[in-house]
Amino acid sequence: MSVLYALWLRQLKRYVRSRSRIVGALGQPLLFLVALGFGFGPIFERAGQGSYIQFLAPGVIAMTVLFTSIFSGIELIWDRQFGFLKETLVAPVPRLTIMVGRTLGGATVGVIQGVVVLAACTLAGFRAVGLGALPAALGFMALIALTFTALGTAIASVLQDLQGFQLVMNLIVMPIFFLSGALFPLSHVPRALALVASVDPLAYGVDGLRSALIGLTHFGAATDLAVLATLSAIILTVGGYLFSRIQL
Amino acid sequence: MIRARDLTKTFGRLTAVDGISFDVEAGEIFAFLGPNGAGKTTTIKMLTTLLTPTRGRVEIDGLDPAVERNEARKRFGIVFQDPSLDEELTAYENLDIHGVFYGVPRKLRVQRIEKLLRLFELWERRDDPVKRFSGGMRRRLEIARGFLHTPRILFLDEPTLGLDPQTRNQLWTQVAQLNAVEGVTVFLTTHYMEEAERVASRIAIIDHGRIVAQGSPQELKRQTGAESLEQAFLALTGSSIREEDATAADRNRNIARMWRRR
Repeated sequence: MSVLYALWLRQLKRYVRSRSRIVGALGQPLLFLVALGFGFGPIFERAGQGSYIQFLAPGVIAMTVLFTSIFSGIELIWDRQFGFLKETLVAPVPRLTIMVGRTLGGATVGVIQGVVVLAACTLAGFRAVGLGALPAALGFMALIALTFTALGTAIASVLQDLQGFQLVMNLIVMPIFFLSGALFPLSHVPRALALVASVDPLAYGVDGLRSALIGLTHFGAATDLAVLATLSAIILTVGGYLFSRIQL
Repeated sequence: MIRARDLTKTFGRLTAVDGISFDVEAGEIFAFLGPNGAGKTTTIKMLTTLLTPTRGRVEIDGLDPAVERNEARKRFGIVFQDPSLDEELTAYENLDIHGVFYGVPRKLRVQRIEKLLRLFELWERRDDPVKRFSGGMRRRLEIARGFLHTPRILFLDEPTLGLDPQTRNQLWTQVAQLNAVEGVTVFLTTHYMEEAERVASRIAIIDHGRIVAQGSPQELKRQTGAESLEQAFLALTGSSIREEDATAADRNRNIARMWRRR
């Protein structure tokens, strides 16, 4: 138990201390919100879809949680590079405990960052249905964060060095984000795209957040919850397995 | 304290460690010397549960590390050849998280950390992040960390590599002191023969995966008729340079690892 806590706390300390990471992780979503939100807003509204900022904000929050969490997971590569991984792997602690502690810490960081962006969106004019929306929104953020921290850890367990990182970003993270329906409604897209979105884990995260925050949903909140919970459990298991196979 | 019998590790077609046997007695400082790529680090990895031997047996403080892995891990500390600190954490936090990993109770942890940081002259810098530490300070911190959970054995894999003579001298003084006071058995590798001669009571020399000589520094010198341990070492292992061997071994190991993942 204390080992889990220590590993969780370590992830938080590392996050709080890297100011560039906090600012960077805040800058990108705000850029999306301002450029796309105000840029496409008028067209979106003329097409009869209502306020684009309202629609976009949950997507931008989901994006923040996705990027922060994947990064937290992939931080494992840094630990390998700087050597701290060895210290944890030779300790008299089960590998699973180490993986779970890291993942909980990384996921917490993802949720914190999501809440910060939610606050920033509110400053930019976003209005959630009410304060009562917060617990459900936090729940969905937590599920997104767990899923993608575990995915990041799984990827980092297989990658040997930082060179593969860019590849992962371009081939996995970017498609997950752009095809999730974070930026556009899934109700009117071509069949093929809708099909791709339906196997994108983040699509359910975005949809769940949207249903919590503005009461708009594509798949239905119950489906979102069920799919995300199942997926996070599966990815955690796979991540735990891959992590347990790391050789120094 | 440490017992190795017919210990062997092969990576694909490469035999990194070839049936070595040795004993390290409780409380002694044992030096394990050899040219690059001779099998030193592979041996340490097998002794410290990081690699499973292909053949042979290891006993750590009476335990088989392959069977009682976590119990064995509590009995030793290890300082790796390359750094293994968290650079973003402070010196104190690095020791504290180690103490938690090894189940050192909080009160004892606080005492041990202060004692060791003072001994290794890092107490004043305890709240600085490790990324602001010099190479020598990092090394000292890692060695302090290795002692934190009062292990029975401390493994030091080339702990003084790249340090200036002052730091090296001080480091060995502190290690010898802890060896004397706490009775920790020390198993070390180094390329600096004078260091081995100074601190080690017994030495084993490994080359091409086999132990070519074992004994006290005096015995090794007598066996080879050499004046210094360095000359004895060269007499036993030849004077050709092993850089090529080392890189080939590393390459093979990586390829083998890539294809077999175990």
